[in-house]
Amino acid sequence: MRGILGYGAYLPYRRLDRKGIAPVAGTGGGRGTRTVASFDEDTTTLGVEAARYALRATPGAAPRALLFATVTPAYADRTNATAIHAALRLDAGVPAIDATGSVRSAAGVLRLALEGGSTALVIGSDIRGGLPGSGDEAAGGDGASALLVGGAGDGALVAEYLGGASATAEFVDRWRAPGETRSKLWEDKFGENQYLAAGRQAWTDALKSTGLTADQVDHAVVTGLHARAVAGLGRKLGVREGVLADDLAATVGTTGAAHPGVLLASVLDTLAGTDAAAGKVVAVVVLSDGAEVFLFRTTEALGSYTPVRPVAEQVAGGAPIAYGKFLAWRGTLQVEPPRRPEPARTSSSAAVRSTDWKFGLVGSQDRSSGAVHLPPARVSMRGGTVDDMDAIPMADALGTVKTFTIDRMAYSPSPPVVFAVVDFDGGGRLPIELTDMDADQVAIGDRVELTFRRIGTADGIHNYFWKARPVRTAAAATETEA
Amino acid sequence: MGSHGIKDRVAIVGMGCTPFVEAWDKGADDLLIDAAQETFASAGIAKDDVDAFWLGTAQTGMSGMVLSKPLQIQNKPVTRVENMCATGSEALRQAAYAVASGAYDVAMAIGVEKVKDGGYQGLNAFPVPGDGTARTLTAAAMFSMVAPAYGHKYGVSEEEMRAVLSHIASKNHYNGARNPRAQFRKEIAPEKISAMPKLAGQLGVFDCAGVADGAAAAIVVRAEDAYKYTDRPLFIKALSMVAGNGSGVIDPEYDYTTFWEIAACAKDAYAQAGVTDPRNEIAMAEVHDCFTPTELVLMEDLQFADRGTAWKEVLAGAFNLDGRLPVNPDGGLKSFGHPVGASGLRMMFEAWLQLRGDAPENRRIPATDRKLALTHNLGGYPGEMVSFISILGNELG
Repeated sequence: MRGILGYGAYLPYRRLDRKGIAPVAGTGGGRGTRTVASFDEDTTTLGVEAARYALRATPGAAPRALLFATVTPAYADRTNATAIHAALRLDAGVPAIDATGSVRSAAGVLRLALEGGSTALVIGSDIRGGLPGSGDEAAGGDGASALLVGGAGDGALVAEYLGGASATAEFVDRWRAPGETRSKLWEDKFGENQYLAAGRQAWTDALKSTGLTADQVDHAVVTGLHARAVAGLGRKLGVREGVLADDLAATVGTTGAAHPGVLLASVLDTLAGTDAAAGKVVAVVVLSDGAEVFLFRTTEALGSYTPVRPVAEQVAGGAPIAYGKFLAWRGTLQVEPPRRPEPARTSSSAAVRSTDWKFGLVGSQDRSSGAVHLPPARVSMRGGTVDDMDAIPMADALGTVKTFTIDRMAYSPSPPVVFAVVDFDGGGRLPIELTDMDADQVAIGDRVELTFRRIGTADGIHNYFWKARPVRTAAAATETEA
Repeated sequence: MGSHGIKDRVAIVGMGCTPFVEAWDKGADDLLIDAAQETFASAGIAKDDVDAFWLGTAQTGMSGMVLSKPLQIQNKPVTRVENMCATGSEALRQAAYAVASGAYDVAMAIGVEKVKDGGYQGLNAFPVPGDGTARTLTAAAMFSMVAPAYGHKYGVSEEEMRAVLSHIASKNHYNGARNPRAQFRKEIAPEKISAMPKLAGQLGVFDCAGVADGAAAAIVVRAEDAYKYTDRPLFIKALSMVAGNGSGVIDPEYDYTTFWEIAACAKDAYAQAGVTDPRNEIAMAEVHDCFTPTELVLMEDLQFADRGTAWKEVLAGAFNLDGRLPVNPDGGLKSFGHPVGASGLRMMFEAWLQLRGDAPENRRIPATDRKLALTHNLGGYPGEMVSFISILGNELG
């Protein structure tokens, strides 16, 4: 028996109110909000955050493969999953592979993992958009999900995979040339027709192959980029009243390749830690170039599972972003940069020497004095011992703001730079940029956690490193006390 | 082993300093020639009387040829030195030690920076290839972090801190308004300084040193030869340099209310000079007021005020031109701007004027029986800096 060992979802902090679109773009928008990745996030960094949540909630589980799916990769012609692999500090022997191009890639790697043999970390991540005023811009959302897939021998399964079905279909209802930032769409009803046919086929086949009937399904989620088809298929599944779960379209938007995992996480969150967690049949339906259906049954292990950041908590925890800033972050609206030299490109050879630090945030701790050195050092600042240090991973450390500044002159893709000297609970200090906050929010004594970000891009080379952000969630507050 | 210094073994016998301005009409060559000519004349010597040269420049050029070509120095050693914003001071330190060693009879220290050809405001270090994890904040932002930390530790409210910082800037502008070589020659009221929009943390534009082009130079000889050149030489009492190990930015014990490197440098400098009571032995100080919070903390690190009290002393006028210990009587970096390679020598030039009685009356320090001047020059940022201190006197002993 294989299934889900652990899961995590990550929704970025900012929310665009769709009402803000039409006054600027003249068209588009609608009701509700969508999530917006920060200027310092891309699908790679979103994926890292989701994966960190999944792994932190599933201690002891060791991924033997990393499968990364996105429609919007940060790089072409090189692998993006390797940066995630480095940030998670996985062994070199763990393969890290991209599956890009469509939402179907995410469902595909999940199926490969569920039907494969090893423990796999399946990450879906997307940044969705389109031209100002477009339906894709309003309906999309940014986010990532990570599902740790394995067998019963790899750990306690929180949801067993019962089976599923695919319906592969070749039809052109949306398309985008590589490098373009927008997709074009065929007439809505054509796609709806195709998706409903594929969805019904896969749904029927999945139920048949698992020996289940539709009324035995306790929770169902349907997702895809074709909103009418998603809603239409939901009505035709034949499941009991109340079984079809919120697809988060009104609050998060559709996060593309991330969304199947985000919705599954959202359903599992509602059961996790409860007495009624076990024995629930959960269906995941993905409509993308055909349909994919996955059927799971939750286990008792879910009753003792604690998600690091429940989806509902993240949905409730965002803060607004103005449409103009959203456009600037996306590069749609070019804004005058500070008149300072742009940073030089990152040296590839220097970066590879410091991979553990740059991606993994691993410092060193002097064995004799205990002094923590960030970045890692060979010679101790206390006592001067040479090459007598242990590696000390810092990515999960919490810290406190010792002093801070707001730099309105430094070069940044989104000025001003908020910057703080952070002292970590277990020792160590790092002067570090803060993110996911407004400049007037910072104060001495603030509690912060670490987040993997894209510092900038020069000559097409993305510079990944860590920033700090305020500890805001109830769960994190408990960690603070611990 | 020990840091012994060269007290009273070397003397400064001539100095020059160009105006510090946005010198759109002058290149580095012009600035060097102007400063050198003034300095040769001041010492009553010719270029060929100098046996060796130390050229300080952070970014204007590489190698001694930055000086030897424009001055047409032939068959003489010229060494280019760099030590961040303390570069000019480092040039003097090297020249003085060379003379003290007996290797040369006459040496010149000269510093220059041509900053304003870069096309950007502020100072911009050229990038060294790296792994992308280094900070890219402005210097103003790095130093601005001192203000909230100091206020938090000593219970100074944001409004009080604002008044302290504005007093420092206003005082330096008051002095600079009386100095024809300064870039900014206007008094600026503290209220106006406080009202400026903030660029970095609590710092507005008047909390930051300006940026200017300039050059300054000194001729050093052995003390016993000094009176051959001038009847009013300055004797070097101490030259102290500390290059920090950068631990402040990684060690939680550093609290951003002091500069460890400077406190250590001051201790060494006072020991070299035999100064035991700086507040009653130092007649004036030129300090590195790159940003107003820097000068505040320096007053404590240089032992001019007790820990946690400098902010009150500043407000009480202790470091004003007519105060108990005038600080930056020439107007400081605040009024001069900061041509990196020249600033350390510009500070010594003010000591040269004041201790010799050549400073104009309207910015002359009060007459006391104190005979020493201190110059302090730093490079880097809180937690990771180089510090230089000189102590100069107009008498032997």
